[in-house]
Amino acid sequence: MSAVLQQLVSQPYKHGFVTDIESETAPRGLSEDVIRMISAKKGEPDWLLQFRLDAYRHWLTMVEPTWQNVSHPPIDYQDIIYYSAPKPKKKLASMDEVDPELLRTFEKLGVPMNERAALAGVAVDVIFDSVSVATTYKAKLAEVGIIFCSISEAVHDHPELIRKYMGSVVPTSDNFYAALNSAVFTDGSFVFIPKGVKCPMDLSTYFRINTQDSGQFERTLIVAEEGASVSYLEGCTAPKFDTNQLHAAVVELVALDDADIKYSTVQNWYAGDENGVGGIYNFVTKRGLCQGRNSKISWTQVETGSAITWKYPSCVLLGEGSSGEFYSVALTNHMQQADTGTKMIHVGKNTRSKIVSKGISAGRSSNSYRGLVKIGASADGARNYSQCDSMLIGDRCSANTFPYLTVQNPASIVEHEATTSKIGEEQLFYFAQRGVDAEQAISMIINGFCRDVFIHLPMEFAVEATKLLGLKLEGSVG
Amino acid sequence: MIDNNAATLLEVRNLHATVNGVPILKGLDLTVRAGEVHAIMGPNGSGKSTFSKVLAGHPAYEVTGGEVLFEGRNLFELEADARARAGVFLAFQYPVEIPGVTNSAFLRLAYNAKAIEEGRDELDPLEFDDLVREKAKLVEMDPSFLDRSVNDGFSGGEKKRNEILQMAILEPKLAILDETDSGLDIDALRIVAGGVNALAGPGRAIVMITHYQRLLNYIVPDHVHVMADGRILKSGDRSLALELESRGYDWVTGARQAA
Repeated sequence: MSAVLQQLVSQPYKHGFVTDIESETAPRGLSEDVIRMISAKKGEPDWLLQFRLDAYRHWLTMVEPTWQNVSHPPIDYQDIIYYSAPKPKKKLASMDEVDPELLRTFEKLGVPMNERAALAGVAVDVIFDSVSVATTYKAKLAEVGIIFCSISEAVHDHPELIRKYMGSVVPTSDNFYAALNSAVFTDGSFVFIPKGVKCPMDLSTYFRINTQDSGQFERTLIVAEEGASVSYLEGCTAPKFDTNQLHAAVVELVALDDADIKYSTVQNWYAGDENGVGGIYNFVTKRGLCQGRNSKISWTQVETGSAITWKYPSCVLLGEGSSGEFYSVALTNHMQQADTGTKMIHVGKNTRSKIVSKGISAGRSSNSYRGLVKIGASADGARNYSQCDSMLIGDRCSANTFPYLTVQNPASIVEHEATTSKIGEEQLFYFAQRGVDAEQAISMIINGFCRDVFIHLPMEFAVEATKLLGLKLEGSVG
Repeated sequence: MIDNNAATLLEVRNLHATVNGVPILKGLDLTVRAGEVHAIMGPNGSGKSTFSKVLAGHPAYEVTGGEVLFEGRNLFELEADARARAGVFLAFQYPVEIPGVTNSAFLRLAYNAKAIEEGRDELDPLEFDDLVREKAKLVEMDPSFLDRSVNDGFSGGEKKRNEILQMAILEPKLAILDETDSGLDIDALRIVAGGVNALAGPGRAIVMITHYQRLLNYIVPDHVHVMADGRILKSGDRSLALELESRGYDWVTGARQAA
């Protein structure tokens, strides 16, 4: 049985191919000159160049965090290409104008975006090697005052919004990787939902790393004004390379009074091979600010890829009665390492937060939940509920839970529950004795385990996520 | 029901098996015809449960000798899941819990796996719901159990009833009941036995593994075998079980030493 289980998880990465599009790349390494080049190439205003330079100068004074439960060889930040873009072309008005090569890439990934966009009613802002090449449904959204565009476009078209909000949730000096991102970010998505508008469709961005050795430094900013609501989907996949690629994104969410932001991620960056060669280093800073009264931010993530995941989508609950949610499935296999979780910072009165984390470890992987719940002195009546469940597949992987609770207000309630379980031989035999093979059995057990999280994903994503977990675990149980 | 003209369903010849390198089965012979009900009795450690696991294909048990033919076909050529789909069913002594997987989804997956194998149409959730509710009556199981996780938080009796429900849905040719009576009170025993009796018939053979003659008052066997030290030492009809009850297993194992 062990051999069968081992085979099941050893399926090679399906999306390993490289698209041949001529890139214009910066020289390796980081300096003020490179930052000036990025800024100049993007035709940025001076304040944004200053934003980058401030971040860079601060970054020079910082050191990489070492508290996470992962290990990797030192990263040579001077050996990374910080800018890489498909050759600039004239603005694209429709999907027909998109490079057919690019479209084929998306076909291979199973993301026929024009079809998907039309059929699923999803507007797709495609990030391809750091530059947005197509934005659909933009006009339609604009009718109700919604802005959905690349950060680069937003810098030109809506500078006042970018200036006001960018860096307001994750300051340039926040942490090592956020500072690096602030200095060199190339592009990303911007969403603005004006007062009282409910976004009529899920907004979606597909990210994809394409040029070998090019670090990806996306920046996403979503602002929901008073009474606005939006559901945003982010999905990732990347081709197969042997050298590690650094991915350090920053995502900032701002919710004003009664606003509601739901942010869902399916992350499937290349994870490296069975022996841990290659794979993406995914060091991401995601944070939402519930600034307004009764505002709500909900993070849902399905993390299945990357060699290393370092990611803590967080909520700062400032507004009275605001609430934050974090629903996570993190799956690691082979030599993958994940240290992921959330931070719920309760500042306002009667703020609520809920954390549901499901970690699945297989192969020789390491999977850690790390979460902070902080109830500030002013947060009367605050409530938190946390549930952290781990599932082990095989006996060579590990799962850890690191909950940090800081409670400074006696009139608050904090609950934490944790369980660890194992897909055992006896369970698989039980399925087998009823005629169900190991692959289907594992898929069913995993989906059952993750159900509390999957129900929070948009329908399309839930189906995708279910398939993805099955795929990632093929050949792995033992 | 003994019918010497019935087809031989299971033929076990000189079966040897080990677990972790320790020999447990040491030359077991058994012939089961379609429609028959067999009881295998014996003291703890005699290898009864090992026999059931070996037939079902549990990976921890290694077959080291002998052969088993199921409908004339070498059973060991089939993986555990294929054996199940071919019609070998094991009602577990300790059914495992599968948190997060609902009983109805699990049962439907199993049902459809067999349906596909046999070239029948799969049932969608609604169609399957009709079937499973009907079958649940057989073991007096409340339909609410169908929405609960498989065996999760079930009492001992509920787990055993759930096993028989699965048997009713999968309609196996050979059902092996591994100490299905253990841990059951009289009412639960009556319900479980009633379910088994309703499923017994010409097309299906039942092999009950039990310590106690008590079960045999509810499910009457055609053949009774006494097992010790990894083989069957004595076979007979129902009266053998009654004699064992009064004289104890030593009577058989002692008889063997004398012989």
